[in-house]
Amino acid sequence: MKYLGKKIITLIMTLFLVSAAAFLAFQIIPGDVVTSILGTEATPEREQQLREELGLDNPPIVRYFNWVAGVLKGDLGVSYRYSKNMNEMMPVAELIGDKLPVTLWLAAAAFVLIALISIPLGVFWAKCASVPKRGSACLSGFLDAALGVATQAAMAVPSFFLGILVTFLFGIVLRLFAPGGYVGYKEDFWSFLGYLLFPALSIAIPKIAMTARFLRNSMLTELRADYVRTAYSKGCTGRRVLYGHVLRNAMMPVVTFLGMIVAEVVAGSIVIEQVFGLPGIGRLLISSISTRDFPVVEILILYITFVVIFVYFIVDILYRVIDPRVSEK
Amino acid sequence: MKQAGGTKWNKYFVAGLLMTGLAVLLGILGMFWTPYSTTAMSAAEKFSPPSLRHFFGTDNFGRDIFSRVMQGLGTTVAISSLVVLFSGGIGILLGALTGYFGGLLDEAVMRVTDAVNGFPSILLTLVIISILGSGRQNVILSLGIVFVPSYVRIVRGEFIRLRDADYISRARLMGVGRLRILFVHILPNIFSVFWVSVMIGFNNAILAESGMSYLGIGVQAPDASLGNMLSDAQGYLQSAPWYALAPGLTIVWLVLGFSLFGEGVRRRSGVS
Repeated sequence: MKYLGKKIITLIMTLFLVSAAAFLAFQIIPGDVVTSILGTEATPEREQQLREELGLDNPPIVRYFNWVAGVLKGDLGVSYRYSKNMNEMMPVAELIGDKLPVTLWLAAAAFVLIALISIPLGVFWAKCASVPKRGSACLSGFLDAALGVATQAAMAVPSFFLGILVTFLFGIVLRLFAPGGYVGYKEDFWSFLGYLLFPALSIAIPKIAMTARFLRNSMLTELRADYVRTAYSKGCTGRRVLYGHVLRNAMMPVVTFLGMIVAEVVAGSIVIEQVFGLPGIGRLLISSISTRDFPVVEILILYITFVVIFVYFIVDILYRVIDPRVSEK
Repeated sequence: MKQAGGTKWNKYFVAGLLMTGLAVLLGILGMFWTPYSTTAMSAAEKFSPPSLRHFFGTDNFGRDIFSRVMQGLGTTVAISSLVVLFSGGIGILLGALTGYFGGLLDEAVMRVTDAVNGFPSILLTLVIISILGSGRQNVILSLGIVFVPSYVRIVRGEFIRLRDADYISRARLMGVGRLRILFVHILPNIFSVFWVSVMIGFNNAILAESGMSYLGIGVQAPDASLGNMLSDAQGYLQSAPWYALAPGLTIVWLVLGFSLFGEGVRRRSGVS
């Protein structure tokens, strides 16, 4: 409990620091926002009016606390580029609102694929690799080597090219989905999930390769441990040794690894959304960076960072639940 | 410390050397000479599939894709080299100082390093790019900054390991200056470890640069880069799949080459 309290305090401190860094970073950019919004319509009076409206006449520190207070209340500020209509500015919250679920579902689908495929694959691979290489065991030796080559290749393919390859193979050659035929989650949820399957697969494939590789090596290390010999000598079957003893211990580092992957999956979805034309926050982030729409960029960076930090926090706690030895230290 | 199979000319080293060597040579050549002009358009030869005349076919403007891939390779190799030079140089300096002297600077640098390492690098690069704006120099600068921590960590660890080695304390006793100890006595001994991380750094830089150019926030048209060629090619996937495959497979070739090369260097020096 004491540990949990300490962790939560660190979590809050980190969030505070990150928000300050995100806010301050965008204060050093040269150029006046007000003139760039008004463009040719700028007059000194209108500039002053807009400056007051956006609260830009306050010193940075006041603006920072106003911004944080706003974010906590759910007021995320207004976009500099998008507008609702002629005289009303577009709130960032509205801009992000319906894009967020797309990214979250995509990341979740990718993560489920990673966990579902990589763990059985890793176990299977470790089984192949642990068979002594002679005589009748040549098939497992071959599989071991083949998986090694395949995963090495999968890790060398950048995610955006993998997305294009998936589009080409599954979309154009096999016609399993229609590239660009995105269905909104509000219209038809199952078609939406169906369309997400292939982008999710593109994010997942390199991570599956990494995780399977990691699990294989972790299991091979565990298989050499003394307790394995003990388990065999007291009469455990190979199956029981593998699943009851070795896998449980080998999963420890893999859980940490999977936790660290979550951050990369979220980051990977930024790129993959671009490849598959998914209207998520990743695409919004890239377009906001290109158009220098800083309030939107600030909020998105903050949001993604929060998700990443929060996931690390959860992994940390989970790790102690799975492995009681950690909390004894 | 030699491992099994840890020979000087192991197969990883040879394969990696050949693969990266070919790509880097083509890229350097592409900076000065290409078989066809990279901007010459030809309406008659739009979307011609790979042939002896055009190894990788032609694109939507009838430009020779092989020439453009060569130029793109040059861009990618040049940018990645500068990124590695920048981040590796600063990494060595910071790692040497923090590892050897420790203290408050060490504490501060390690906190920042931990924070950056725990964070997806693409996100951090995006933040820096959105502040600096896109373009070639800013890509180099932002990636350079983002990759510094990975080198600091490794160099620092090695300096801590060697700081108290016998030969260093002897050198100290003999009155050798601090700078000389750092850069003449310790530095040459960490290179075997450092080269491995340089190879990984090259890989990350290539992936990041082409990713950013793909997203349209890296190298800008009309400069050819492997990333922005891919994003152009994506629209013609149905009619001209070779257009996307050429730059894409080139990136894969380069990355795979550097991975093998890195593994080869690791086995050569017996670093685990």
